[in-house]
Amino acid sequence: MDFNDTPEEAAFRARVKEFLAANAARRAPGSAEGYRSSQSAPGALERAKDWQARKHSAGFAGITWPQEWGGRGGSPIEQVIYNQEEAAYAVPRGFFEIGLGMCIPTVCGWGTAEQRQRFAPPALAGSEIWCQLFSEPAGGSDLAGLRTRAERSGDDWIINGQKIWTSGAHYSDYGILVARSDPGMPKHKGLTFFFLSMKTPGVDIRPIRQISGHSHFNEVFFTDVRIPDSQRLGAVGAGWQVALTTLMNERLAVGDAPGPDFREIFDLARRIELDDGPAIRNAAVRDQLAQWYVKTQGLKYTRFRTMTRLSRGETPGPEASIGKLVGASKLQEIAAFGMDLMEMGGIISDPSVMPAEALFQQALLYSPALRIAGGSDEILRNIIAERVLGLPADLRVDKDVPFNRLPTGRR
Amino acid sequence: MNFDFSDELKQLRDEARRFLAERNALAAARRVLESDGGHDAALWREIGEMGWIGAAIPEAFGGAGLGPLGLCVLAEELGAALAPVPFSSSAYLASEAILLAGSAAQKERYLPKLASGAIIGTLALAEGPGALTPARLGAAVAGDRLTGTKQPVPDGAAADIAVVAARGTDRRLALFLVDLAAAGVARERIATIDPSRGHARLIFSGAAAEPLGPAGGGERLLERLFDRAAVLFAFEQLGGARAALDMAKAYALERYAFGRPIGSFQAIKHKLADVYVAGELARSNAYYGAWALSQEAPELPLAAATARVAASDAFYLAAKENIQTHGGMGYTWAFDCHLYYRRAKLLALALGSTRIWKDRLVARLETQHDGALDGATGIAP
Ligand SMILES: Cc1cc2nc3c(=O)[nH]c(=O)nc-3n(C[C@H](O)[C@H](O)[C@H](O)COP(=O)(O)OP(=O)(O)OC[C@H]3O[C@@H](n4cnc5c(N)ncnc54)[C@H](O)[C@@H]3O)c2cc1C
Repeated sequence: MDFNDTPEEAAFRARVKEFLAANAARRAPGSAEGYRSSQSAPGALERAKDWQARKHSAGFAGITWPQEWGGRGGSPIEQVIYNQEEAAYAVPRGFFEIGLGMCIPTVCGWGTAEQRQRFAPPALAGSEIWCQLFSEPAGGSDLAGLRTRAERSGDDWIINGQKIWTSGAHYSDYGILVARSDPGMPKHKGLTFFFLSMKTPGVDIRPIRQISGHSHFNEVFFTDVRIPDSQRLGAVGAGWQVALTTLMNERLAVGDAPGPDFREIFDLARRIELDDGPAIRNAAVRDQLAQWYVKTQGLKYTRFRTMTRLSRGETPGPEASIGKLVGASKLQEIAAFGMDLMEMGGIISDPSVMPAEALFQQALLYSPALRIAGGSDEILRNIIAERVLGLPADLRVDKDVPFNRLPTGRR
Repeated sequence: MNFDFSDELKQLRDEARRFLAERNALAAARRVLESDGGHDAALWREIGEMGWIGAAIPEAFGGAGLGPLGLCVLAEELGAALAPVPFSSSAYLASEAILLAGSAAQKERYLPKLASGAIIGTLALAEGPGALTPARLGAAVAGDRLTGTKQPVPDGAAADIAVVAARGTDRRLALFLVDLAAAGVARERIATIDPSRGHARLIFSGAAAEPLGPAGGGERLLERLFDRAAVLFAFEQLGGARAALDMAKAYALERYAFGRPIGSFQAIKHKLADVYVAGELARSNAYYGAWALSQEAPELPLAAATARVAASDAFYLAAKENIQTHGGMGYTWAFDCHLYYRRAKLLALALGSTRIWKDRLVARLETQHDGALDGATGIAP
């Protein structure tokens, strides 16, 4: 039992460290920087593209991707090592994860050799950004409930309908899309998968304002949008199988919950005064701190166990869902508790007067998203119960019924 | 990264699992529970012959010399099987105390017999309800004679020797070795919530007591002993949590209500998913504790407290939700659910409650350098 890298892993880690030290600034310990979702800041996109390009030319973009896609052809453990090291740096995050983590692997997995050569390298280099056009008003957790229509017209398909919650659609160049090509079939069987340029005529992108006040996601309307059949991925009617590839990658792509994490709440408890002295001396506070520390460490060493399996060439299973399930709620709890420690002043969100530059207040507003996006808490519990514990699937009323005969709700 | 047990230790774990299943240790736990027998002597003898009790005792003292990691894998299996044997008392408490602080003569006198199971050792600490503090300690040694009452003492009726916490002549807490067969020791079984593990009240009235460890070092010694034992108990608790979840899962697949297996109801699925997640986090924390223990790492105090809190909570959660998953059947004497439930609470208090351990955890964090806080993004172990 040890935490040592193999000689090859150590050599790779050393190269990563060297690259990061030369190209990025370290995150100040305990600082909010790097946690904050700074996508809306002026110039954020340009900085992110620049960083991605540098990462790519140094060979650290697409570490596990085959070299023919422009990747490094490395191992999953190398990717983990890179992520570990990068986490200590304040580098732009949040623009490329969906494209590189989910869209391009799907395009490469199902597309032609020419498509791989055309789309993978610019995505890796950060010059083209992709978004995921899956969720709809009628299809979120129940993605196969989606209604956007795809109708054949000669060599093209005509798309009509609406997507929702599409992160980054407003700055994306391309998107992957699942649509219904045959409403007369049961829901999972009548779907077909495409990719398209977001500049295609008839695509209308409208930002949605989140509870945080920012607009990272959008509604995307399709009115008679023409997509050539050559941009179909997988067979007609096999869109669900293709979408599953994307979703399988989703759980790996969704990273750690952003902070405040244990360090921030611990620092706060040491510094802030309650009515009876420093918060850290208060028994109720200590009890909470200990619980979060135990969870934080538990997640960390669960990751180390996963790394051990990767290091041996094994594939981690659905137990990877634990990280997001535990991390998202922990974040929400820490944010709210941190505010409680600030008492009546805790509602102030002006960073200039608040501990950790109002990170706790911001997290109160962005943490709910993490419990929904990329598989809600409930869906993740289902996945664990069914695929890890072997309990039966939920009873379904919609399986073998033609899609256009299914009951619908009013929302 | 090799954050796992060696193949040799995994093999030992598998052998232990097979052996305990063959002997049906769970049925033995029930027999002890119903007979009030204290422990299963035949099972204990076999465990001794296989060298498990002395797994962490050096070969020079008759042990197997596998180090603490050997005890960890065995503890998990004994915990899963609810084995009704004085393993924790003898191996994690008495033997470890003597290994930590015993003189050469004490080690030679006791360790070989403890390793083989020829004698049983225990730790006599608690003095009834309420937290134990040095100031409140009633047991005292004057000269070399011990007086006072200890309860509950795990395996106190069966034990041959006890490591006893008492005030020394200097009024400070110290540990003493006491031969329980000698004059001045009276003992009686005491009823507890988990009769599958025997407990006793020990009344000392001038019993001969020899000091264990240097004078004045009692509190520090006890703390070190507890940190080591916390990791070992955590593995026992992990095993228990695993077995209780397995039992709940099996029942959820077999039991039908409203025309379907109860395991297809989300209230049951999500409950058991939460039990699984708590168990996995506890396992990861226990592994880290095992690493720190095996390396004698400076991180041990913090790692031990973390492992202890996670494992106590995870086993108790698994045990209580196992009863819930079984419905009325879970509340019957005939089903084994209550065995896990009893054991979970017993182990959660055995080294002090999670309240105390959480407080200790935070205190240790306060004295750590900042590296200990790297948490989720940390690279360093
Ligand atoms: C910040 C953010 C970014 C997103 N980005 C994208 C994106 O880029 N592309 C994209 O396609 N989508 C995106 N999504 C959409 C996301 O995938 C969906 O919101 C998610 O799948 C939930 O679907 P829903 O919103 O329709 O909620 P619903 O599915 O309607 O769920 C409502 C509630 O019902 C529960 N529920 C639903 N089904 C079950 C069930 N079977 N059992 C138990 N409970 C159930 C859910 O857990 C939830 O609590 C994003 C969402 C968020 C919040």
